[in-house]
Amino acid sequence: MSIRVENINKKFGDFVALDNISLELPEGQLTALLGPSGSGKTTLLRIIAGLEQPDSGSIAFYGKDQTDQHVSERGVGFVFQHYALFKHMTVYENVAYGLTVKPRKERPSKAEIHKKVMSLLELVQLDWTANRYPNQLSGGQRQRIALARALAVEPKVLLLDEPFGALDAKVRAELRRWLRKLHDEIHVTSVFVTHDQEEALEVSDRIVVMNQGRIEQEGTPDEVYEQPATPFVYGFLGSVNLFHGRFEQHQIVVGADAIEHRDEALIHGTDVFAFARPNELEIITDVDATNGILATVTQVLAYGPQPRVELEGVNEIGQPQHFQVALPPESIKGLALQIGQRVRLVPSRLKVFERDSSAVVAGDKTT
Amino acid sequence: MFSTAQAKSVIPGFNITMGFSLLYLTFIFLIPVGGLLLYTSLMSWDEFWRAVSHPQVVASYKLSFTASFIGASINLVFGFLAAWVLVRYQFPFKRIIDALIDLPFALPTAVAGIALVTLYASTGWVGQYFELFDIRIAYTQIGVVIALTYIGLPFVVRTVQPVLEDFEAELEEASAALGASRLTTVIKVILPALLPALLTGFALAFARALGEYGSVVFISGNLPYATEITPLLIVAKAEQYDYNGAAAIGTVMLVAAFVLLLVINFLQWWSSRRFSH
Repeated sequence: MSIRVENINKKFGDFVALDNISLELPEGQLTALLGPSGSGKTTLLRIIAGLEQPDSGSIAFYGKDQTDQHVSERGVGFVFQHYALFKHMTVYENVAYGLTVKPRKERPSKAEIHKKVMSLLELVQLDWTANRYPNQLSGGQRQRIALARALAVEPKVLLLDEPFGALDAKVRAELRRWLRKLHDEIHVTSVFVTHDQEEALEVSDRIVVMNQGRIEQEGTPDEVYEQPATPFVYGFLGSVNLFHGRFEQHQIVVGADAIEHRDEALIHGTDVFAFARPNELEIITDVDATNGILATVTQVLAYGPQPRVELEGVNEIGQPQHFQVALPPESIKGLALQIGQRVRLVPSRLKVFERDSSAVVAGDKTT
Repeated sequence: MFSTAQAKSVIPGFNITMGFSLLYLTFIFLIPVGGLLLYTSLMSWDEFWRAVSHPQVVASYKLSFTASFIGASINLVFGFLAAWVLVRYQFPFKRIIDALIDLPFALPTAVAGIALVTLYASTGWVGQYFELFDIRIAYTQIGVVIALTYIGLPFVVRTVQPVLEDFEAELEEASAALGASRLTTVIKVILPALLPALLTGFALAFARALGEYGSVVFISGNLPYATEITPLLIVAKAEQYDYNGAAAIGTVMLVAAFVLLLVINFLQWWSSRRFSH
């Protein structure tokens, strides 16, 4: 294990930023710390880097304790959301910085530094910017320079704090693919913080989902997406349709309606959350069917990048509830839905969690 | 339908604000300076040259410019330190110390001069200890430097303080993460970012010191060729009704100070250009 985090606690005043976090990150992988703002993900990253001190707990890299090591001695590469490039230095000087500030004995020769810097600039495909100043570059270019600068000192671990957070959507998507490709080339153990589930799913080898200073789930993108361990994870990793109901003999009763559901592990009468992704719901135009939740069509989006139908129903206590069904454009047209039409929603797949008072659901409505 | 030949700016009130600024500058600044130049222009070139190149006058230029320069340099170093301490650390009575920094502006300079003499005279609280090493401060050029340092103290502190407060902590963290020691970070990352502010503070302190009169006359002893500053000579000439002589020396000071400030401004522009977004 290249990074081992043990029993880390951190409070800011009364606010518990990290609540007894333990984590092991495998070598050479790209791990995403995913969570909403205030979940403690950035604090955890900064503690791993040594930019923040934990109240208790320990950090080790490759079996060597780092808890009391100063950030400058941990051998981490840190990439900031707002690049943090030195504005008065050229791109070349920025990338060379970590090498030129080494004590004389360890410092490579000028020629070696030059070779290293140029090869890194080539790696990030920006060798032509060597003599420019950071303010002459675009945001995406600056972030790539910041990455080259962090890599120059050959860090044991690379830590990235919302590295694409300050970029616009198109550049972000591009840089995301690029980071993935880069990581496949250099294989340095990397951790990056993000609040964007799509980014985490697309880029990382592993995802650690955090919420309110705790780890909700960790695993491969596939595991956390397909088998979410908690309602929070389910809700955070994509759009969801949520049904509050009660489990009663092979069905989940939601208000006046019911959905068929077989689950041997569930006890009759248990209050549950049932989730279905927008692509896991079907629309039945037969309103008299016994299976399915009654809803009213509010919007039909047959075209665009995400063809879908928006609906409104009522939850178990009679309050309006929003639903979203993703369908291929042909199916949407085939249904010939009218705004205001009553339909039934039947899940093809349902994820059911027992409802206890402490459970938290991310975005307790469809997003 | 009507159209104006001039393109309208989005920001209203250009005419009135510009007009008022010019009027204000004219009364406050241009007319006095113009008067000075007018007086000087009444002299023949020979007269002018004799007035401004008299050895006693030349000695005073040297003292005025070197002492102001040294004073501003001392303020540059300690002003930076004071700003650093005030911004970066929490300590008791911080607010009071912060307020004290501006005191040299408020205190009549004569009071400051007398206080400094009392302290640094060979029998004074501080002066007596220097006396043991045969170092005299009051009535020497060192005294002049001390007075000029005192009156320029607030400038560097006040120009650097806001810039340091706004300095991105991430830049320091980035430097530290790259393995730089604290000192290296200060020298290579923080100081360059503060350079424009430091230069501004330096220029202001230097300019202020060049024109200072009140506090210096008490501590310098005003010995011709030794501790006589140029503003004092100008006052002396004026008191002897030699207005032309006073104006001539004043003009030299004006031009020299203007050129120096221009150079410093250029340096400042050059250093801040790199930081502009």
